[in-house]
Amino acid sequence: MSDILLDEVGDDVLVRVRGLVFSHGGRRIFDGVDLDLPRGKVTAVMGPSGTGKTTLLKLIGGQLRPDAGRIEVDGQDVHALSKAELFRLRTRMGMLFQSGALLTDLSVFDNVAYPLREHTALPESMIRKLVLIKLEAVGLRGARDLMPSELSGGMARRVALARAIALDPMMIMYDEPFTGQDPISMGVLVNLIRRLNDASRLTSIVVSHDVADTLATADYLYVIAGGQVMARGTPAEIRANPSEWLTQFLEGLPDGPVHFHYPAAALAADLLETA
Amino acid sequence: MMESLARLGHLGLHALARIGRGHLLLLGILGGLPSLAARPRLLLAQVYNVGVLSVLIIAVSGLFVGMVLSLQGHYVLSQFGAAESLGVMVAASLVRELGPVVTALLVAGRAGSALTAEIGLMKATEQLSGLEMMAVDPVKRILTPRFFGGLVSMPLLAALFSAVGVIGGWFVGVGLLGVDEGAFWSQMQNKIDFREDIVNGVIKSLVFGWVVTWIALFEGHDATPTSEGVSRATTRTVVHSALAVLGLDFVLTALMFGD
Repeated sequence: MSDILLDEVGDDVLVRVRGLVFSHGGRRIFDGVDLDLPRGKVTAVMGPSGTGKTTLLKLIGGQLRPDAGRIEVDGQDVHALSKAELFRLRTRMGMLFQSGALLTDLSVFDNVAYPLREHTALPESMIRKLVLIKLEAVGLRGARDLMPSELSGGMARRVALARAIALDPMMIMYDEPFTGQDPISMGVLVNLIRRLNDASRLTSIVVSHDVADTLATADYLYVIAGGQVMARGTPAEIRANPSEWLTQFLEGLPDGPVHFHYPAAALAADLLETA
Repeated sequence: MMESLARLGHLGLHALARIGRGHLLLLGILGGLPSLAARPRLLLAQVYNVGVLSVLIIAVSGLFVGMVLSLQGHYVLSQFGAAESLGVMVAASLVRELGPVVTALLVAGRAGSALTAEIGLMKATEQLSGLEMMAVDPVKRILTPRFFGGLVSMPLLAALFSAVGVIGGWFVGVGLLGVDEGAFWSQMQNKIDFREDIVNGVIKSLVFGWVVTWIALFEGHDATPTSEGVSRATTRTVVHSALAVLGLDFVLTALMFGD
């Protein structure tokens, strides 16, 4: 299995997932998942809500521990690292949370400066320059004195993105970056993800259920459902996949292999039944 | 029958798991002490949040409690011709019991609930997860300064409560009820023992500060990350803190003054 994956994405793999098994609350979320996320590319992981896309990012970031299997980031087994080693690895990983996860008692400037102040001994004048450069990259240098409560959802995500790239990480994980965005913010985010990835040879992992924008942004895709990888390939390969389930998912059809109705007894029998 | 037994067992396991998580969290909080020592500014900010912002409610409450104590005390003592001992009675009641206990109850209501809501909301809005992913330990960075902020603030607030209470007692006893001022102060000075009364009161305050802040931080950190979960956690903080303070007060009083 691993050889097949390597052939497809080349051998420059930054994140390698093998035999991932993870259960939560008695439900099996991943049941033997293998993924290879290539260095320097935008890889998207798509799937219906509740398939564990965010959980996958938390497993890669070492915030959750798998029941079985192995996750390697840049050659290091994430779950075999000590806490100090894991924290060192995380300084090279950025993560963009769905809500932005900005610290609400700090201004935009201080939020972006936070990882620099925590992990470097740079003088304040240098931190100021770096923060302004990062904010410029996301187009929000002028918003540096605002508080998170004064930002729109899209702006908060861009500030969080500036914070995620503050330490110049090797990879960024995006958790549902397009959810709840208006068309303009969506366009800005799609553009930013691509531009940041290509400008600094970052590796980007985008988890999303937004089909059109994800297909437009990603170089390579995995589609996950029911704890398994249902399909993988370039956007063109995914579109050409004949699977009935995948067609329903990509085109948003209300009925198909995934039924519109939640399993229930026949309607007539239900209606005739006395309360 | 079997079902109720199973439910009882489940509740017991749930409670034990919570106690276990609470102690693990406390270990993590205490483990953050060296990094806090390197950044005392974080502690000062929390002493301000927990302590300084509670000063008004503590001072006003202390004043009224002292005034009521003086009124009630004067009524009883004057029946035995011992109204001059009013100062001792007011000061001993405040320093030994009411100062530490009422302060702890007020801090649990004012600052404890705020701490739980703050930490619970930070969890619900993924701020704690965000810190972890920035390679910052949220327990050491966020919880440890708040814990020691609460621990340091509690005896200071209790001292303020007692001091303002004594002034309230003096105002009612000497000012309104005509107790002799010399007797009021001199008896207080003679009978209040530094080791027996004041040190024991400070020890009580430190224990209450430890317990109230620990409960508040644990409830926030352990809250279900939804608005309902945070609201339940906030309620639990106030209820559990109040029960813990009153229960521990009995144990500490028995150990300190029980002969």
